[in-house]
Amino acid sequence: MTVIFYISAIVAIIATLRVITCAHAVHALLYFIVSLFSVAVIFFTLGAPFVAALEVIIYAGAIMVLFLFVVMLLGHELEDARRQRVGFRPGDWIGPVLLAAILAGELFYVFWSSGPPRAAASVIGPRAVGLSLFGPYLLGVEIASFLLLAGLVGAYHLGRRDEDAEAQSP
Amino acid sequence: MRELLWLIPILPLAAYVTLGVIGRRLPRWAVAVIGFVPVAASCGIAVAVASPYLSGQTSEPYVQVLWSWLQVGEFQPQIAFYLDPLSVVMTLVVTGVGSLILLYSTEYMDEDEEYSRFFAYMNLFVASMLTLVLGENLLVLFLGWEGVGMCSYLLIGFWYKDPDNGRAAQKAFIVTRVGDAAMLVGLFLLLSELGTLHIPLLMDRATAQWAVGAGLPSAAAALLLGGAVGKSAQLPLQVWLPDAMAGPTPVSALIHAATMVTAGVYLIARMHTLFLLAPIVLLLVAIIGTVTLLISGFSALVQRDIKRVLAYSTISQIGYMFLGLGVAAWSAAILHFMEHAFFKALLFLAAGVVIHALDDEHDLLKMGGLRKRLPFAFWTFLIAGAALAGFPILTSGFYSKDLILYSALVSSHGGFWLWLGGVVGVLLTGGYIFRLIFLAFFGELRREIGRLPRIRMKIPLIVLAVLSIVGGLFQIPRSLGGTPRFSNFLKPALGALPSGSLTIEATSELISSGAAILGIFIAYLWFLRRPKQVSHGALPAVPEMLQRYWFVDWGLDWLYDRVFVRPFVYIAHINRKDIVDRPFRRLEWIMAWTWRGFRITQTGRVSWYAVCVIGGVVVLLSMVVL
Amino acid sequence: MTVIPLNHVLILATILFGLGIVGLLVRRNVIFMLVSIEVMLNAAGLAFVGAGAHWQSADGQVMFLFILTMAAAEVSVGLALVLRLYHQLHTLDADAADLMKA
Repeated sequence: MTVIFYISAIVAIIATLRVITCAHAVHALLYFIVSLFSVAVIFFTLGAPFVAALEVIIYAGAIMVLFLFVVMLLGHELEDARRQRVGFRPGDWIGPVLLAAILAGELFYVFWSSGPPRAAASVIGPRAVGLSLFGPYLLGVEIASFLLLAGLVGAYHLGRRDEDAEAQSP
Repeated sequence: MRELLWLIPILPLAAYVTLGVIGRRLPRWAVAVIGFVPVAASCGIAVAVASPYLSGQTSEPYVQVLWSWLQVGEFQPQIAFYLDPLSVVMTLVVTGVGSLILLYSTEYMDEDEEYSRFFAYMNLFVASMLTLVLGENLLVLFLGWEGVGMCSYLLIGFWYKDPDNGRAAQKAFIVTRVGDAAMLVGLFLLLSELGTLHIPLLMDRATAQWAVGAGLPSAAAALLLGGAVGKSAQLPLQVWLPDAMAGPTPVSALIHAATMVTAGVYLIARMHTLFLLAPIVLLLVAIIGTVTLLISGFSALVQRDIKRVLAYSTISQIGYMFLGLGVAAWSAAILHFMEHAFFKALLFLAAGVVIHALDDEHDLLKMGGLRKRLPFAFWTFLIAGAALAGFPILTSGFYSKDLILYSALVSSHGGFWLWLGGVVGVLLTGGYIFRLIFLAFFGELRREIGRLPRIRMKIPLIVLAVLSIVGGLFQIPRSLGGTPRFSNFLKPALGALPSGSLTIEATSELISSGAAILGIFIAYLWFLRRPKQVSHGALPAVPEMLQRYWFVDWGLDWLYDRVFVRPFVYIAHINRKDIVDRPFRRLEWIMAWTWRGFRITQTGRVSWYAVCVIGGVVVLLSMVVL
Repeated sequence: MTVIPLNHVLILATILFGLGIVGLLVRRNVIFMLVSIEVMLNAAGLAFVGAGAHWQSADGQVMFLFILTMAAAEVSVGLALVLRLYHQLHTLDADAADLMKA
């Protein structure tokens, strides 16, 4: 089990690295999907099958697909992105890497030592999650649905294309 | 009846507010009514309120507290009014003469555009002056003091469009301010040493705590004297009054003859207990009074502007009042104040008739022979002039002036030299005022007149003329077989007059009457008998250098200019860039610099903002973790 | 099942988060910035799930669910905005939208 964890971890890291260094948009997105899959495996090893499935279905399956659609819509523009070697000079990377390194360093400092390891762990299945959602976290669920509604309405409004609407609204 | 006391200052104040707010929109007659009636009503109420005192029923002071003004620890001044024989006299004079002058102005200022503004300011002045004389504690008095100073400024510079008037108003304000500053320090001294500003309480504590001639009462008295000297235009602060004649004639009559300039006299009389504790200061008061009356008497002899002669005359007469105060003859000074209010206001109003008739001509040398054209003005002027000179028996001025001179002679604080100075002053007074009368009203007619006075200007003149004659009946000296009713009336408030033998009294009267008549006679010789002199109004026997010196008020203006004004302007000129302002401009510069710094961070680019956010997170996290 | 130490999971999450930050700050293309944000969200979710597994409660997974929901809403609105931006500026360079500069 632990071996699978570490292998998936390495895959995730490499894939994410490729995401941020890739020039081609679609390639980056595909790498990210790979990363998502490996994180899903990690979830399995942690004993959380429900979220592993959700990760694949929703994150990789819906959100990334949405990204891909938009990238397809903007096709011509992103073709040129490959030619712009903008941001690929070594000099550009120093600042962000430094910042991220400091941040990561601080967090490592906090996380380095963990408490005594647990004896055994069990799988927390969908049932437990469901009971939790409809129990103590019911309010959160309702609020999340508000959020989704807001996102829906917003996306609809922003995405409208007719001439009159563009003339009226900024 | 006495509860109506508060109405006396409030009515003119209400008139001021009304005229100030809606005066412009009212028709002239309404403005005249609102301007005149409240003060006249105050006069009526004053008579009613004063009747217990006037009829001799009581002489206990009456206090009316309106409300508490401040409360700082033990110091709790209230807005309160104090009625005793002294304030009765002051109030009656202020409201009486004030209402007559206001009636006069309804006609005199008739052609002026700023009719309502004039009456608004005049009413505010009357209200302030009443606050001053009715104040129960020194803080209320000071409130009135400052109020009259401000109104004086406003009214001198009434015709503000001419910058000279503005300068005259400024000069008046600044010079009196010097005195006011001294007075304020004096008030602080009194407050810190005695813990109160309630006048009766103050006087009790002062006599209890301080010995006669000690340093502290002398300092306090000297400081208050500074304030009095400023407001009452005595040496060395008298330079503002002649220039203050730039204001309209009713203003000169009310403020600079009858009321405001006597505020100093009232202050010293009210605080006489304090001054008795400081004999040196009292002597100083007498000396200042005597010297002032002499030098301004000389200055009045050579002036060409009719109002300036009267201005110097006012300074001189207040000098007499100061002389009276300085020899501890308090009631005598107040009597002279009352008589002076009558005849000086009459003089100014009559001069106003002349000025009005000659279309704003002030120069004596351009007048002449007006006796035939303006008989009314001539006779009133003659009566007032005689009263001013102290013409024996017939006029009121004689009684008050002689009382002062006699007191100067016999008082323990007085002396022969002071008396002599006063007598010389009588000579000068007769001289200058009759010089004016002869130059203006006799001789050949130089200019035709325009307007004749009508009823509203005539009534006040008649009333004041009558008062100038009969005013003396209040205090007929014993040597002439009368009773000193006035000083008896004021005795509860001001104590008794110095007394001596009747022979001395009679001798003094004889000599001063002789001096007055001599002065008139010399003026007659020079200005009536020898018309050649009339052309330049100069004095025949006196060297011209001296006359020029007197003309510019003994060079005081020049002195102040050289010593104070020029250095100050020079320093201000050097400090053009204003070093005091530097720290504040530096602060401003720092703000601008900071702003420019912050502005640079607002690039409008999302990537830069993202960097800032992450950077901030890093910093915060490090603060928590480390 | 065997237990994976919590700090290992957290270290992994930190590394992924750091990579996401780098991607956000380096790339100028708006689409890539959004993808980097998704990377960061995913890393945060991993941390939550790991913690939930450590403490043997469903709370970690519930939190991940909420994060997921929020990411979905955010992405839809964000991409709609990207389309708008492109329509307006005809470029996807984030630095091109700098009208708000001082």
